[in-house]
Amino acid sequence: MYLYDDFDRAFLAERNAQFRAQVARRLDGSLTEDEFKPLRLMNGVYLQLHAYMLRVAIPYGTLSSDQMRVLAELAERWDKGYGHFTTRQNIQYNWPRLADIPDMLDRLGDVNLHAIQTSGNTIRNVTADHFAGAAADEIADPRPYAELLRQWSTDHPEFQFLPRKFKIAVTGSPNDRAVTRAHDIGLVLKERGGELGFEVIIGGGLGRTPMIGKTIRDFLPEADLLPYCEAIVSVYNRLGRRDNKYKARIKITVHENGLDEMQARVEERFAELRPLFDGVDQAQLGRIRSMFAAPEYRDGHAPAVTDPVLRSWIETNTVPHKRDDHAIVTISLKAHGATPGDATADQMRLMADLADAHAYGELRISHEQNVILPHVPRDALPALHMALGAAGLGTANVGLASDIIACPGMDYCALATARSIPVAQGIATRLDALKVEHDVGHLKIKISGCINACGHHHVGHIGILGLDRAGVENYQITLGGDGSETAAIGERTGPGFAYDQIVPAVERLILAYLSLREGEDETFLQAYRRVGMAPFKAALYETAATREAANAA
Amino acid sequence: MPKPFTPKVVTANHLIEGDVVYLTADDEWCRDLAQAEVIENEAYADLRLSFAEDQPGIVVGAYLADVTPDGAPAHFREAFRAGGPTNYPHGKAHGQRPGPQPSSEA
Repeated sequence: MYLYDDFDRAFLAERNAQFRAQVARRLDGSLTEDEFKPLRLMNGVYLQLHAYMLRVAIPYGTLSSDQMRVLAELAERWDKGYGHFTTRQNIQYNWPRLADIPDMLDRLGDVNLHAIQTSGNTIRNVTADHFAGAAADEIADPRPYAELLRQWSTDHPEFQFLPRKFKIAVTGSPNDRAVTRAHDIGLVLKERGGELGFEVIIGGGLGRTPMIGKTIRDFLPEADLLPYCEAIVSVYNRLGRRDNKYKARIKITVHENGLDEMQARVEERFAELRPLFDGVDQAQLGRIRSMFAAPEYRDGHAPAVTDPVLRSWIETNTVPHKRDDHAIVTISLKAHGATPGDATADQMRLMADLADAHAYGELRISHEQNVILPHVPRDALPALHMALGAAGLGTANVGLASDIIACPGMDYCALATARSIPVAQGIATRLDALKVEHDVGHLKIKISGCINACGHHHVGHIGILGLDRAGVENYQITLGGDGSETAAIGERTGPGFAYDQIVPAVERLILAYLSLREGEDETFLQAYRRVGMAPFKAALYETAATREAANAA
Repeated sequence: MPKPFTPKVVTANHLIEGDVVYLTADDEWCRDLAQAEVIENEAYADLRLSFAEDQPGIVVGAYLADVTPDGAPAHFREAFRAGGPTNYPHGKAHGQRPGPQPSSEA
């Protein structure tokens, strides 16, 4: 992984010292809240419903075991003993005191972590496929490009006050696990004629106006990555609307100006910028790439697994590694009834220790709020499973219906209009009681507690959006969303459901799917695409009461 | 026709802790909604809000929140602010500090 050099360390130390002085000036009254707020946001500090919240970037989701231990230390020393992994490969601490945050940032700096640009109208944490560098289907590791983008965008003087926040995701695999089509810029690595390059997608996004991104360049040579991204952000910075917060994202800029106009302007700007990139970026990319070398794999061949519990966990929570004697392991942070994405300090430390013992010291955080050990020798899987199980981390549900994405919702977030965590807990608990989720198979349920869609509900096979309807929590359902390479925005089913009705409603949808599918191989999404909305809508709304009313009429 | 005034409390977040605070009748800030001053008329509410806004060294983001005549939250958002998150027993309603407990395995 990327190792900070003297420049990086000095930059981060200076930035942390600046923020420490800004906090001191706020506390002694030299800065007003209006003056301080943009400064704290630039450093990832929000004021939420119950407390300050510190959002720490985990660049492209990659962590070393030492970094994970420091995340645990922060949770224990300055928070309530846990952290929340988010849908953008960040970790959030929900309870820090303002006066303690400079110490937290210094401690993060010790292990090359920071919270810079995790808020504000800037280029945010660059995210990537969480299986990067390990996946069997990968063309190339996308993380060196993500790191190059991180370095380019961090404190970029032209892009500190964009019209709105700006999110970039990169994948090195044709199977899109990074939701690239729902980002401001999505980059999909491709190989053409032996050369590496990118399909460049712009204008994707969720929120109140969900849009699937559009391809602005089918194949961009890898050497042109930075000038081309700079051209896109530069054009957006000029054209993006600053008169209306809700129309300020690049998806609206693309929609209002049209892809052709955007393309023409970007190419024009690119022609100006390209000569200014004299190769330093490519030299830096080469240096970065050397730090992402694969670990020195040991032989991991193992005998066939006979234990049914272990076999079930391996089938559900691992995917093929590029080496057949290794596996990619996803540790579920979705134990039934638990808060999606939360891990205690003890759990974080255990995962770090297990990474050292069995996975070359590497961990990843997925946008689906789980932790990944990307390189596990297959003969280590039994010991790993046993250790995880003892710590409440052995749940075999990755990719299943209880592996739910949920934003913090109104339990924590000042923007939320309804809770999302308890809905996720309720659905997972009910699915566990029904014992159907392994039969149901691949199903992505995603829950947002407001229209901003941090829970990615628009791209959930079942999406749930919590709203405030006349002072009462109400939940709208969408179906058919898809965040993969076949991306689609879900379609709303109809009227929403009260808090105490949303779990039974989801249960009806799942049971309807089981009766509608053509066979065990047909997934929920495939069945929905085949039969359409009508039978699911009937299952949702035609309850016993409505049937009785219809019969009586 | 203007909407009739409904009872209010002055609430904010504490500058250092960030937690939810309420203004009491004797000009102190408390953590417990039950101790907050319930304001019954609009002119006095504006006065009390101004008083709160004049304390930027103590609180952030003061505003008037609706309550019932007996001082209970009128909206579920204020109920969560008053009681803490509902997913863990460590909010104000519980006064504890544990993180999530490991759940039983599937």
